[in-house]
Amino acid sequence: MNESPKTEDIEAKPDNAIIKIIDLHKWFGDFHVLKDINLEVKPQERIVVCGPSGSGKSTMIRCINRLEEHQRGQIFVDGVELSNNLKNIEKIREEVGMVFQHFNLFPHLTILENLTLGPIWVKKVPRREADELAMYYLEKVQIAEQAKKFPGQLSGGQQQRVAIARSLCMKPKVMLFDEPTSALDPEMVKEVLDVMISLAHEGMTMIVVTHEMGFAKSVAHRVMFMDEGRIVETNTPDNFFDHPEHERTQLFLSQILH
Amino acid sequence: MAVIIHTKEHGNLKPPASTTGVIGWIRANLCNTWYNSLLSLLIIYLLWQVIPPFADWALINANWISSGAECHKSGGACWSIIHANIRFILFGFYPPPEQWRPLAAMIILFSLLIASRNRNWWSRNLLFVWLAGLIIMGLLMMGGLFGLTSIESDQWGGLPLTLMLSVFGLAAAYPLGVGLALGRQSRLPVIKSLTVIYIEMIRGVPLISLLFMSAIIFPLFLPEGITINKILRAQVAIILFTAAYVAEVVRGGLQAMPRGQYEAADSLGLNYFQTMRLIILPQALKIVIPPTVSVLISAFKDTSLVVIIALYDILKTTQSTLSNPQWMGFSTEAYLFVAMIYFICCYFMSTWSRRLEVELHTGR
Repeated sequence: MNESPKTEDIEAKPDNAIIKIIDLHKWFGDFHVLKDINLEVKPQERIVVCGPSGSGKSTMIRCINRLEEHQRGQIFVDGVELSNNLKNIEKIREEVGMVFQHFNLFPHLTILENLTLGPIWVKKVPRREADELAMYYLEKVQIAEQAKKFPGQLSGGQQQRVAIARSLCMKPKVMLFDEPTSALDPEMVKEVLDVMISLAHEGMTMIVVTHEMGFAKSVAHRVMFMDEGRIVETNTPDNFFDHPEHERTQLFLSQILH
Repeated sequence: MAVIIHTKEHGNLKPPASTTGVIGWIRANLCNTWYNSLLSLLIIYLLWQVIPPFADWALINANWISSGAECHKSGGACWSIIHANIRFILFGFYPPPEQWRPLAAMIILFSLLIASRNRNWWSRNLLFVWLAGLIIMGLLMMGGLFGLTSIESDQWGGLPLTLMLSVFGLAAAYPLGVGLALGRQSRLPVIKSLTVIYIEMIRGVPLISLLFMSAIIFPLFLPEGITINKILRAQVAIILFTAAYVAEVVRGGLQAMPRGQYEAADSLGLNYFQTMRLIILPQALKIVIPPTVSVLISAFKDTSLVVIIALYDILKTTQSTLSNPQWMGFSTEAYLFVAMIYFICCYFMSTWSRRLEVELHTGR
């Protein structure tokens, strides 16, 4: 986890943000959850988002694939704007993979069926091809021998790796991770983080909401700190952890890094 | 130095004899406390009082094949009433020389039901077999083709009528109920309020009143000269009624689904119909198998209410035989027989549903 192959390939790319969020606001009823969010993510860039609970970090990434609707501002994914247009939403969801805190595997389907569902029904891939694709990604997350089992028969760490593989089967351009290790027993965190790290090394564009600061240090290009619905600070990992600019960031870090 | 070698194996000690076998079972289940012992004795005494006289009446002193007069003389059960009237009980007013036709139709229906028990056989082909079976059954019942005499549907009755009303009633009510449940969850206000109004209105009325409406009021609205078959009208009333109840049961299942399942389906890019068909309904319908089967079983038994619009289902045909002076007074035997038929059908449904639950269990 110590080598950091981070910034080299990013600078080479011109300014062609794959995700662009402009002036985003969101309310739950009267509660203003997201305030004036602006963010650009370049291809192959990896961003870690942290902040206290209730700060809006999950809500922000859920807006990116329209699991939450925003009320003001604009979100572009790969040049397509998220609006009420169902076609656009479907298109964006095909390109954006999401991994949830509670895995959300489909318990009535086998691991293999969980993986092939998207390719077969959304991308219309023939079944045999979808099976091969699924086995390829299951090998990658080192769980191929479980293909015929049901999610309920796997451990939490295994389930989360399956969930990552399920997203990868859609060949997404961006992966969103919503606290992927917070629901896991401590001894299973590493196996999931290892999969995410190897994904990072392959150049996947990732936005990760997490409190795993070791992961942030070794993999992220930028670390973002959110509080009360705002992005308080965005910084390189080194500066973020060693010289945070804002008082609130310092306070937060002092609370989670004992 | 003394070396002690253990030769006895301690791992395989048997439990004390008093906790296993028949004696163990009796101790654990019948006599584990003094009041349970007392209760056990009381129940054994009651069974002793009830079972031998019943067996005496129902089996030993029973008349199986005799005239009504002989039955009246002996004190035992008069199963002869069933034997003597079996054709009317089973087939109602269907002309006796043609009664092989409903019998054949029922045999086809039962074979299809039994073939459909095994989920491994569910395929497109089975669907075609069902279609073919339905056409043949209809042809057998109605006649009018291939040299079969035409039999008007007002002569249909007995078991075929009961089975027809319930099998088609349940088969149509289930998908309709699922559709209504989805409609009630819809985000579109028009669909949502229409289904809510429908469900609440139907559930607010007794089935009997729906049957009356279908039999008496509905025809008044039809233009002159157009009549719709009375059985069909009753059938539709049963379907509409049962669907409303199925809908509420299914809605319970839909509400039990965690939001994460919808979100995972959404984030894969599945559309609404795919999400429902592939993710939500398979799980939600599985959760509600027990209450659904309760609804279906009670709907099956409720088909007997069609007597009030003068349809002769099996309960009515059985009852009618009792008005024959020769067989008057043997209602116990007659009703026991019908009860047994209903019980067999309901038991079939409930064992099958339990099997389905086991098959669909995927460990969570």
